[in-house]
Amino acid sequence: MSPQGAPNRRNTELAMLAFAVLLPVLAYANVGLAMDDSLPAGMLGYGLGMGALALVAHLLMRRFAPYADPLMLPIATLLNGLGVVMIWRLDKAGKLLHNNYPAAANQLMWSGLGVAFFIFVMIFLKDHRVLQRYTYISMAAALVLLAAPAFFPARKEDFGAKIWIRMGAFSIQPGEFAKIILTVFFAGYLMVKRDALALASRRFMGLYLPRGRDLGPIIVIWLLSLLILIFENDLGSSFLYFGLFVVMLYVATERTSWIVFGLLMSVGGAVAVASTASHVKTRIDAWLDPMAAFTPKPPQGSTEQIGQSLMALGSGGVTGSGLGQGRSWLIDFAAKSDFILGSFGEELGLTGIMAIFMLYALLVQRGLRTAIAARDPFGKLFAVGLSSAMALQVFVVAGGVTGLIPLTGMTMPFLAQGGSSVVANWALIAILLKISDSARRPGVEPAPATELQGGAAS
Amino acid sequence: MNKPIRRVSIFCLVLILALMVRTNWVQGVQAEAWATNKNNKRQVYDRYAHPRGNIIVDGKPVTQSDFVNGLRYKYKRSWVDGAMYAPVTGYSSQSFGASQLEQLEDGILSGSDDRLFFRNTLDMLTGEPKKGGDVVTTINSKAQKAAFDGLGNKKGAVVALDPRTGAILALVSTPSYDPGAFAGSESGDSKAWVDLNADPNKPMLNRALRETYPPGSTFKLVTAAAAFENGVFQSVDDQTQTPKPYILPGTKTELRNESDNEPCENATVKVAMDWSCNTVYGKIGTELGKEKMRAQAEKFGFNSTVDTPVRSEKSVFPTNSTPDGVALDSIGQHDTRATPLQMAMVSAAIANNGSLMQPYLVDQERSASLTTISKHTEKQYSQAMSPETAQKLQDLMVSVVDNGTGKNAKIPGLTVGGKTGTAQHGEDNAGLPFAWFTSYAKTPDGQSVAVAVVVEDGSNNRDGISGGRLAAPIAKAVMQAALGK
Repeated sequence: MSPQGAPNRRNTELAMLAFAVLLPVLAYANVGLAMDDSLPAGMLGYGLGMGALALVAHLLMRRFAPYADPLMLPIATLLNGLGVVMIWRLDKAGKLLHNNYPAAANQLMWSGLGVAFFIFVMIFLKDHRVLQRYTYISMAAALVLLAAPAFFPARKEDFGAKIWIRMGAFSIQPGEFAKIILTVFFAGYLMVKRDALALASRRFMGLYLPRGRDLGPIIVIWLLSLLILIFENDLGSSFLYFGLFVVMLYVATERTSWIVFGLLMSVGGAVAVASTASHVKTRIDAWLDPMAAFTPKPPQGSTEQIGQSLMALGSGGVTGSGLGQGRSWLIDFAAKSDFILGSFGEELGLTGIMAIFMLYALLVQRGLRTAIAARDPFGKLFAVGLSSAMALQVFVVAGGVTGLIPLTGMTMPFLAQGGSSVVANWALIAILLKISDSARRPGVEPAPATELQGGAAS
Repeated sequence: MNKPIRRVSIFCLVLILALMVRTNWVQGVQAEAWATNKNNKRQVYDRYAHPRGNIIVDGKPVTQSDFVNGLRYKYKRSWVDGAMYAPVTGYSSQSFGASQLEQLEDGILSGSDDRLFFRNTLDMLTGEPKKGGDVVTTINSKAQKAAFDGLGNKKGAVVALDPRTGAILALVSTPSYDPGAFAGSESGDSKAWVDLNADPNKPMLNRALRETYPPGSTFKLVTAAAAFENGVFQSVDDQTQTPKPYILPGTKTELRNESDNEPCENATVKVAMDWSCNTVYGKIGTELGKEKMRAQAEKFGFNSTVDTPVRSEKSVFPTNSTPDGVALDSIGQHDTRATPLQMAMVSAAIANNGSLMQPYLVDQERSASLTTISKHTEKQYSQAMSPETAQKLQDLMVSVVDNGTGKNAKIPGLTVGGKTGTAQHGEDNAGLPFAWFTSYAKTPDGQSVAVAVVVEDGSNNRDGISGGRLAAPIAKAVMQAALGK
């Protein structure tokens, strides 16, 4: 389909945005009625605040990205809004049970900051192609960000993972930002090297083997992801970065052999790490037998959380207990972060979870649709990277929470509590929307930056 | 680059699809298993999320559901006269589960029983708050109190039955416990639970249903019934031709009576019952043999559990005793063991002309809106003996109260029959004896009650312990209370 002359759909977006604001407000009212028999006091403020944020974002899109995809902003708003409501609901339960600080207000503040970031990107990122200039700076920045948490001590309640930088009460999870910055590097690097990688190779047993000097960066990234895994106990991130790289490599070179290499290397790495690092083995054991932690003599390092999450999901059944009427707080401290999907599963049931998965699927597919429509290879690669990163993250988190794969401890984009995550994901959406705007904008000249670098335009 | 992007797009959809399939599996196919997993605390939270129904005695609840509004538990169980009613109700604790009626009737009490489904759905639609149903017991509060006060700080148990229906009118076990002491989930509850379980007096043991004692001389009623049923004697005044002392068959051991002055030599059946002669009933048992004795005992309910619905321990009449053992079994020593409920059943069958009615504790189950969900229908447990035999045994029991060891149970204006027992136990009978009394009373207009009382270690002085002295006055008080005299 030609992007030329695409209708700009801003009114559609506005209508859906109204829905995306109204739904969490009703959910908020529902929680209040279920838990206190009265409408929550902050309901009006919450509704107006969210509405105002969404409206400002929308108006700026009309001005700065008028042709952008109409679905992504409403989906992000809806997920973010529902997440805040669930966190607020778990706060109310936690007040009586744990010493959990009230997280909903923080999450609301971070969401505001996230939207501010979104607006910042909207206004100041005139053209996504300028990011191409920062390919190698991005790589350095990403490496610094990824390595930094290894120098900060892990807390006991972080379940062994060292993925935070803490300064007093303030903490950031650099991995969330590294996700975007690394994608900039991958997209920039691959756009330049794609021909060399795709063509300069020898055929061996039906596969195209790349030359050593082109293979180098891949080996580096592979080792890096293993190092993250070893030093920071962060299974999810290493899976995410490596998966991301393989996907982008495949898209850039259009060669299936890269996927075979990628898989072989990741399997080799996983086996090597799983047989040496004890925490990986612990997680795999917990996945194979989630109820082991409930036995009188639980194995060392075991956690009740997966079992609790499965029992929450099972108790929710098809229709759920209703917002505010479940007992998701049984999942303990991670209920608001890693396991928020378990909370949704219990209170909204299978029905609600399927709807949430549909929202993520739509978000990812709109991102990939943007990649197809994008007119420059950098934009294509960038959009593919960002979208598949989102898909991989959703899969890794939700897979862990539902017991499909071993638990890795990442956050559900937009839903889960966590400032870094919310801000980074809003930035990610903003960039995707920018790419989509330029892709759907009628009659734009081919990007000069691409030609200057001498890369092959597709 | 579009072709690989499309493939990546399909790959991403497959990832999400895998999640969807997995969630359907967990929340659809496996949902019930996870929801009812024993580690899923939601079940116990649900039990205390709504007011629990009550256990009713004489139209009044002996339980309460207190609104405590905790996050985990909204309600907490409490009891009226908890210690007195604990052997009836059992406990229902947030932390330690439930027992007896609280456990067996949990479906009704918590409102989760399928028979309440229609009612619950209606309530949900009309916005009525959910509430559990009630369990109406057969307990007579006056009889229960008389039994509880009668036992006082002695260790023992009382069971009172309505012989005509099998309704359990009193069910007391002492020392008892207050189920309210550990109904919650605080540290105090936990301490109370640990202390009660560690108490050497075993206050949480339901002695009325779950403890078996050697029944001692009260078992002679069963032996007498077997003798009449098998035609060994025709009348209560038949001579028994018993030597004194009686040498246990196949041994040189003498079976003795309580005192050598007793007129047991060649006594009639009636005199032997009045004086509780071991020699006479030991000889009868030996002559009948273990098979006939066992058959008679089983008609009274020995060697089976009884579901009231709270299940009683099996009372035992042994099947593999040697002839000298059978003699001792037949006077309620050796390997014979009986629950207080069992001995009340013996009296009840005799008082009800041989027809033993199934004992029951729950008269009705009803919904929170007082609609009856189920009502007990009386059932015969067995025809324990012919009406003629029953009449003879009634004569024997009345004579025991009028002329024999049971004088302490006499009630003016009522026909009272009883049988005492002082059961030895322990290695070489070293323990203090158990004092037994099993009895019945009838009013002229045909109302009746049967009572069994056992008192363990009722006195520090061995000579102070006898069924007639310790247990009969308690039985008397319970019979008076039950019949309103």
